[in-house]
Amino acid sequence: MATHAAFMPGAKVEAPTFWGAVASWLTTVDHKRIGILYGSSAFIFFLIAGTEALIMRLQLARPDNTLVSAQTFNELFTMHGTTMVFLAIMPMSAAFFNYMIPLMIGARDVAFPRLNALSYWIFISGGLFLHVSFLAKAVPDGGWFGYANLTSHQFSPTHSIDFWMFGLQILGISSMLAGFNFLVTIINMRAPGMTLMRMPVFIWMSFVTQFLIVLAFPAITVALILLMFDRFFGTLFYSPAAGGDPLLWQHLFWIFGHPEVYILILPAMGIVSEVLPTFARKPLFGAPVIIYSGITIGFFGFGVWSHHMFSVGMGPVADAAFSITTMLIAVPTGVKILNWLCTLWGGSIRFQTPLYFSLGFIAMFTMGGLSGVMHASPPVDLQQTDTYFVVAHFHYVLFGGSIFGLFSGAYYWWPKITGKLLDERLGKLHFWLMMIGFNVTFFPQHYLGLIGMPRRIYTYAGDLGWNFWNLVSTIGAFTIALSFLVFIVNVIKTARAGRVASADPWDGRTLEWAIPSPPPVYNFARVPEVHDRDDFWLQKHGDGHGGAPRPKPAPVTAAEIAAIHMPPPSYWPILLALAMAMMISGLLISMYQVIVGGLLTLFLMYRFAMEHHRPPDGHGH
Amino acid sequence: MIARIVQRLDWTRLGLLGAVLLLASACSAVGWNWDTPMSTVIPKSDFGKLTHGIFMLISWWTLGIFIVVETALVYACWRFRERPGAPIPKQVHGHTVLEISWTIAFAVILLIIAIPTIKVIFKTQEAPAATALRVDVAGKQWWWEFRYPQQKITTANELHLPVGQTVSFALNAPDVIHSFWIPQLGGKRDVVPHRVNHITLTPEVPGEYHGQCAEYCGMSHANMRFRVVVHEPAEFEKWVKAQQAPPVDSPDALAQQGKTLFSQSTCVGCHTITGISAGHIGPDLTHFASRKTFAGSLMATTPDNLTKWIENPEHMKPGALMPNLGMKGEQSKALAAYLLSLK
Repeated sequence: MATHAAFMPGAKVEAPTFWGAVASWLTTVDHKRIGILYGSSAFIFFLIAGTEALIMRLQLARPDNTLVSAQTFNELFTMHGTTMVFLAIMPMSAAFFNYMIPLMIGARDVAFPRLNALSYWIFISGGLFLHVSFLAKAVPDGGWFGYANLTSHQFSPTHSIDFWMFGLQILGISSMLAGFNFLVTIINMRAPGMTLMRMPVFIWMSFVTQFLIVLAFPAITVALILLMFDRFFGTLFYSPAAGGDPLLWQHLFWIFGHPEVYILILPAMGIVSEVLPTFARKPLFGAPVIIYSGITIGFFGFGVWSHHMFSVGMGPVADAAFSITTMLIAVPTGVKILNWLCTLWGGSIRFQTPLYFSLGFIAMFTMGGLSGVMHASPPVDLQQTDTYFVVAHFHYVLFGGSIFGLFSGAYYWWPKITGKLLDERLGKLHFWLMMIGFNVTFFPQHYLGLIGMPRRIYTYAGDLGWNFWNLVSTIGAFTIALSFLVFIVNVIKTARAGRVASADPWDGRTLEWAIPSPPPVYNFARVPEVHDRDDFWLQKHGDGHGGAPRPKPAPVTAAEIAAIHMPPPSYWPILLALAMAMMISGLLISMYQVIVGGLLTLFLMYRFAMEHHRPPDGHGH
Repeated sequence: MIARIVQRLDWTRLGLLGAVLLLASACSAVGWNWDTPMSTVIPKSDFGKLTHGIFMLISWWTLGIFIVVETALVYACWRFRERPGAPIPKQVHGHTVLEISWTIAFAVILLIIAIPTIKVIFKTQEAPAATALRVDVAGKQWWWEFRYPQQKITTANELHLPVGQTVSFALNAPDVIHSFWIPQLGGKRDVVPHRVNHITLTPEVPGEYHGQCAEYCGMSHANMRFRVVVHEPAEFEKWVKAQQAPPVDSPDALAQQGKTLFSQSTCVGCHTITGISAGHIGPDLTHFASRKTFAGSLMATTPDNLTKWIENPEHMKPGALMPNLGMKGEQSKALAAYLLSLK
């Protein structure tokens, strides 16, 4: 069967039938295929959330507009935020974790390949579950941080909040599984000689991100469970009239929510730290400092959550304490930016598309970071919080930062993943349109916020001075949309008739460039031995101080390849994810469905666990 | 020679540059007007000025850092671009002294920002003086109630304050979280159910200001606005007297018909008009016509707007909790006439 041939190293892959190909993707446990699945699903969700943004921008293009209703607008911003955070940026990062972590640490797969597939299928069920709310006509409308007690049964009696609550819960399971999987992979599966400080900086930032995921998600899980009890079983955790406290939600949410911001940005910082040295043809300046800064950001990220709450009246002591911790986090962030600048300094910079996006990251993220320092000061934050100034700020961080960084990664690793080079002209056009569109959209929003435009309003009066720049912002948003159209054209054009990529098209520095593009199923025919941080570069160029390039290792033999063992595909991950989705969606439909789904989940968990179990004495199957 | 230069020009890049310049000049021609009704950067109170001072301090520092970083970035890209036949650049791995110095530099800049920040945090959250005017603010889905306990006045969506007098707002909400915000008079403070939050400020310039709910609070969050009128002290006293007086309705036949309708319909269950009804769910209407706007400051108080509102509140303010009472034609006109007579 074709599906099985795919994991047999050295075996000829027969042309698969259509259904054979579908089945091979549904049952794959190959980290590269799962990475591609993550990336393409995330991109589709990115387009959905982007479309939601465009509709919002159309509504706000002029005052007293009636394109969409108040209810629809509230649904749009809730779904836009939720989708972008949990279904677009996080899984886009996950795509790179999946595809690149094993390649960059010299491993043949992640530590738990089937668990990896399970994470993906749970992620997809969570994403679909959230979007089924559109068909059920109960779209979440509580904002992406769903502040209690607006989410209580009293104020949100429909299933809209239930879709959001269970959707996030499902996605949390997926993130936790993936987080542990990558932690174990990075700790245990590094190639011989790759000490922690020889790990590529992208791996380091991914490593820190996984810690943030496994430590931050439990907080939102707890918050959501309390919400579920309030909504389903009549508890009163967030109900002030009965002695509960809606601010408890805010604390729990932001203890998760602030590390979440770093979960979104650290992978992009990792990508930039790989792209800059490659195109400046110079090692990353102060790599250990960048690594320590990343770790520091991760630690501090857990001590700043209440800066989202300066206006709730915590009192001057708490305000001052969280103000100082927040300002502290600017130090490692600023240090990183200066190290990236020094990486470029004195280099021989080749201007190719991946670098454009990384430069865009530095230029735009710097702005988002600086406006972040403003909100770190509670008095200033009292004027800026919940206005368009904050909307501008976090888009400079998450779009100007994360999205620019992730697309830098996409252009950078595209040839490795597909074996084809994306078109440079279209790539640069994409960059410039996105850069201009991004600034035209979001820069005026700083101004709109400073002259008092609150966020999350579906309409505004025409006499407040907000009209012109809202229109400009809308035009900018469509320019961004156009830029992604260029990207899609580029992808299609390249898939049809792209230039074939060599194994190492950018003169790269890390291990993934040492193997063919796209890599074989087993990644490395022979597990490499690592002697330095930029090992592959040093093999090619020597140490730059006249040291000779290292001798090439002996060619790989067919016998070595035949001895490679790769895990076979498995149906259990997707079935288990479906059963879980069935169980959870039953909460909105019927208790019987919950029971059947739950039993099915237990049964499939058992089968999943026992799939490769062989009794030691040879009994059984 | 010129032909060769023209040939070598990169038209795509030039076109983009031209587009950017054109757009930038068009934008600056329209200008950035800072003196708008909800501007946060032209403060009109002591609180606003303290906040704005810190904002400007941070703005100058961040602007400085921004210019240095972006200039260095552009310069590095231009200066160190790849030249044909260039050898592999010197492989520099880092510089410990540099790392330590810029870490210290950042820490010092943040200290410069942190010290005045903390001073202002404590200064703006001091307990108000006993002489302060007290206003109890209730944020409700989706309108504002203002009570003056010392003056025994209750009004809605329109806040009146004397200039130069310290006001202490006590904020509370019966339903969900809202945020009380008058941009020109200073920062916001959330209105949290079953918890009393405080904000104290002194308006320094007479005038009319806009306020708006700043925390998403459900369907008509965007329509939860209010007006603030800062008076000269004598004017404020006049307003207080007028509000304390019992309502005087007009002898006009239509208004009288409206009065009867009001007192006999379900209106009385939710609205207070001193001497007529004592409902507490909706706004106090005793001096309804003295207010320039109504329904979360959504509309000007005109007969036309009021009639439309009475006939279909949900149509004017999505999700409005005031039910559609089925008032039509003559009935709604009469009610409007009555309410507009309550000066």
